[in-house]
Amino acid sequence: MTTPLLKIEDLWLKRNGREILRGVNLEVYPGQVHVLLGLNGSGKSSLAYAIMGCEGYTPDSGRILFDGRDLAGLSITERARLGITLAWQEPARFEGIPIGKYVSLGQKQPDREQVIAALEAVSLPAKYYGYRPADKTLSGGERKRVELAAVYVMRPRLAILDEPDSGIDVLSIGDIAMLIRRMALQGSAVLLITHRDEIVETADTASLMCAGAVIFTGGAIEARRYFATRCMPHLETLGAQPWDLSKPEVQAALASNGDQRLQKDS
Amino acid sequence: MTVAAERKHALGQRPGWAEEMAAMLDAYQQAGGDPSALQRPEIATLVVSANQVLAAHEIPGVHFEAEPLEHGVQARIRVDPGVKVERPVHLCFGVIPAEGIQEILAEYEIGDGAEAQFLAHCSFPNAIKVQHRMQARMHIGKNARLTYTEEHYHGQSGGVEVLPHAEVIVEDGGRFLTTFSLTRGRVGRLELDYVVDVGAGAVAELTTKAYGTGDDRVTVKETVRLNGEKARGLTRTRVAVRDSAHSSVFTTMEGNAPDARGHMDCTEVVRDAALATNTPVVVVRNDQAQVTHEAAIGTVNRKELESLLARGLDEDEAVDLIIRGMIR
Repeated sequence: MTTPLLKIEDLWLKRNGREILRGVNLEVYPGQVHVLLGLNGSGKSSLAYAIMGCEGYTPDSGRILFDGRDLAGLSITERARLGITLAWQEPARFEGIPIGKYVSLGQKQPDREQVIAALEAVSLPAKYYGYRPADKTLSGGERKRVELAAVYVMRPRLAILDEPDSGIDVLSIGDIAMLIRRMALQGSAVLLITHRDEIVETADTASLMCAGAVIFTGGAIEARRYFATRCMPHLETLGAQPWDLSKPEVQAALASNGDQRLQKDS
Repeated sequence: MTVAAERKHALGQRPGWAEEMAAMLDAYQQAGGDPSALQRPEIATLVVSANQVLAAHEIPGVHFEAEPLEHGVQARIRVDPGVKVERPVHLCFGVIPAEGIQEILAEYEIGDGAEAQFLAHCSFPNAIKVQHRMQARMHIGKNARLTYTEEHYHGQSGGVEVLPHAEVIVEDGGRFLTTFSLTRGRVGRLELDYVVDVGAGAVAELTTKAYGTGDDRVTVKETVRLNGEKARGLTRTRVAVRDSAHSSVFTTMEGNAPDARGHMDCTEVVRDAALATNTPVVVVRNDQAQVTHEAAIGTVNRKELESLLARGLDEDEAVDLIIRGMIR
């Protein structure tokens, strides 16, 4: 295996007094789809925002290395110009910005044909959608597909996709999976947050996040199986999230029920 | 055919007419209009430069009566009942010299069941000290539909004062959709003041867009009174101000009848040392009516901004794109 494009080392992040990320370690390689699994609130999206450099998601400690370079202190724009981009779970709506224009924004050289092809690839015919605004008139699923097309056109070195498949109709899921695979074939590293089995199965690697930490990394199917059938200890012990991580009993339960059990299983 | 329309040919003989018309066509283009549309016989057209009617071209069902005043024009524009005007009626108002006053007293009568779209362009491309006053009364008949789009261009000096005032009555079942746009060049001083009375089952939608820079002053006052049962009203105000420009938006929506529904939606983006205020007033006089409002004043939406930054735009480029989209 080559050197990782993205390497996260012991990343900690606190927001509003709560620890959101608790010592995340993760490696993502070029040309691979790396799925991030985990319950709602386990820190997946926060990790995505921290990598992208979003406001309020500056790590308290740890490092995010991209192609060996520490991203600390770099703005979102600077990270994007290094080749990192993010498709938001709930993409923003833009009044008056046509979809074709929005999709083309990340292109280094304007290429209309590429924009058309990207829209077609997410089942949005350019002749119907190219001039429509990327605003509130789009359904959630349509807006997500626009976001994915915009990321695809950018040909990023690292594409972080936060649940690009939620709200997408069943008939289009195959197209989405194929597009994600194509990104990897073009050499992009894809960090993919998803809950859909059809998408997980296309991944090369998967990590499971729980309570702000990556507790397992391995094959996608293996991780999915663990997540679906046995990843319950924290819930059983602590109930539904959010947990008060400052309490010693919570920390103890996380330590004993999570990591240790995984070590035992593996 | 009215007197004014018959006069068109005679106007063409006036010394200097061709030069003035050419200047107005240039100004019209600067305001976003298509000058070729003003010369097509199937398109109704009214062109007014300062207090001179340069062209008044009628088509069947659309009538113009226009008389010069000392500082402007008094115009009556009628669409006959039941007439569906296929192509937009083009109106062009402007002042070519650097200084001047233009006062337009306009009366619009859209007959019952008629449908028309008006494109008005107001251009003051060379203005250093120009005042443009519009006092309009619009009557949209029963089940009639008027779409009125007004675009302004005030040049780059900021020396224009524009005071568009309109009183609009939308009769039962009628629809009045209007967009006022002043988003290129400087604003100068804008004081827009519209009052709309909406009848039963009728609809009024008012969209206002302005982009103030320098020391521009933008004031938008809109009042929509939903007087009839099931009347519908919407105001959409989009203003961006930067440098030391000020914007003040006052919108009032009254729900005065059963099942009347109104909504006010205002976004004002503020940059640099600019200032924006928003004063929505909700009045409900009927317990079956409902009026809602939403407003976002200040910086651009953070999520929108970060989405564009993540595509590699810098912050200035991203903010400009968001603003341009908003006022597009």
